[in-house]
Amino acid sequence: MYIKQISVFLENTTGRLTDFTAVLKKNNVDIRAMYVADTTDFGILRVLVDDPEGTKKILSENGFNATVTDVIAVEVEDRPGGLHDVLEELTSRNIGVEYIYSTLQLKNGKVVLVLKVRDLVKAQSILSEAGVRMFATEDLA
Amino acid sequence: MIWNEAMECADRETMRTLQLEKLKKTVKYEYDHVPYYKKKLDDAGVAPEDIQSLEDIGKLPFMEKEDLAINYPTGLFARPKKDIIEIHASSGTTGKPKIVGYTREDIDIWSEILARGLAMAGCTDESVVHVSYGYGLFTGGFGPHYGGQKIGATVIPMSSGNTEKQITFLQDMKSDILCCTPSYAAAIAERCAQKGIKPDDLHLSAGIFGAEPWTQAMRDNIEKGLGIKAHDIYGLSEIMGPGVAVSCDENAGMHIAEDYFYPEIIDVDTHQVLPDGEKGELVLTTLGKQGFPLIRYRTRDICSITHEPCACGRTSVRMSRVYGRTDDMLIIRGVNVFPSQVETVIARFSELTMNYKLYVGRKNNNDTFELGVELAEGLPIDEMSFIEDLRRRLDHALREMLGIGCKVRFLSPGTLPRSEGKAVRVEDTRSYIE
Repeated sequence: MYIKQISVFLENTTGRLTDFTAVLKKNNVDIRAMYVADTTDFGILRVLVDDPEGTKKILSENGFNATVTDVIAVEVEDRPGGLHDVLEELTSRNIGVEYIYSTLQLKNGKVVLVLKVRDLVKAQSILSEAGVRMFATEDLA
Repeated sequence: MIWNEAMECADRETMRTLQLEKLKKTVKYEYDHVPYYKKKLDDAGVAPEDIQSLEDIGKLPFMEKEDLAINYPTGLFARPKKDIIEIHASSGTTGKPKIVGYTREDIDIWSEILARGLAMAGCTDESVVHVSYGYGLFTGGFGPHYGGQKIGATVIPMSSGNTEKQITFLQDMKSDILCCTPSYAAAIAERCAQKGIKPDDLHLSAGIFGAEPWTQAMRDNIEKGLGIKAHDIYGLSEIMGPGVAVSCDENAGMHIAEDYFYPEIIDVDTHQVLPDGEKGELVLTTLGKQGFPLIRYRTRDICSITHEPCACGRTSVRMSRVYGRTDDMLIIRGVNVFPSQVETVIARFSELTMNYKLYVGRKNNNDTFELGVELAEGLPIDEMSFIEDLRRRLDHALREMLGIGCKVRFLSPGTLPRSEGKAVRVEDTRSYIE
């Protein structure tokens, strides 16, 4: 069960992020989760939206370099050690995490974290065995 | 098809005999009709009679852009105004434009050389020639216009701009041959792709592109994008305009119409004439031009020439693609850099587009050098490492090509303005006045 995430290349210039949000607003796209990695001259923005493919198309038409990536969304207990228990499962089986971020809303009082890993299939089966709940794009709507 | 076999396929001896005869006449003509040139020869201690062989051309002084500026606007015209039937001017980036005048005979020569060039691209009296060079003082539009009409083709004087309309005409008028700058051809191809118009939806078979330096890689992109065979065209308004040289189907250099333009390649520093194959500045002498003849004019264009006969059957001397202009040459931290070198590097990266711009500036008494380049669409840019790795490889390739470092800034597709004429590739904001 994967989540489709959109990654967008953004120049690190004043107003560029606003250009991006303007396109989403104009097309009535809601942001479910977001995360920005930035350097001095550019950033990569990752967002979860309801219709990733459609949104990617809209972004490309508006001059954004956007790509759709598969990530995993997992449920994490909102308590000390909640995140650690999930990560421990992956680390113990030698799965590295490329990046991690949290969605903007709690789900059933629990935290939903988005994980990018190299080996999605393996990571998924490990988490499933460990009884960690995972979500599909529709679940987060 | 070869338009003028007698001239384009002449044996070397015949051509040299003709060139010498025309050179003698040209020097005498200019000496008699242009007081400035007479004084220049007198000052150099050379007389028209001293030209007894083609090699004697080396005795003559060079003509340079400065000579044109001193004689602005029409001081170098060799004919009275009543004989001049058309005026053009080059887009001088600094100072006054260079104004050139054509007599009826000159327009005939221009038509003839463009007819030769268009014929190299397969143009016949059945063809539709779509001219997207700017019409006006710039010579780009009128040259192919006259050449197409000489052949008897149907010429569409589109001029540049309004890309949507260009595409409509290309489709509806079933244009066969497109004439424009390479950067505009690339922009048209890009727009076609955006609109979902495939090369097969167009009727184009060839394009004649020039007026700015471009690379083989850019040619490949245009050929693929428009489904055509691309031909290079070279020229400059001071000499005639486009058509001084055009490349044939062999894509092995441009055939110079050497019965009208005598080429030499010189070392930029020593001014010595260089042998075939060596890169240097192109120097041209008009042979038979009436209104505005020029002898040993320094074009500022860097290229090489070869007298080897071409596989196409033509024997005319060929010039390489222009590698850069001595004018375009940037001196950054003491190193000579040509934008075309940067372009060559960019073209090797499928992750990048040919939409780029160089920014040169000065900070703390040091030159800054930066490249802004648009990323190709559809890249897997999710991970930072993808961009960082691309940057590392590009940095390395640029340093290897240029000998100096260049800061790279990646841009989203469509960020840089698209050019309808000559692309502006360099922004040099250096000022030495503190």
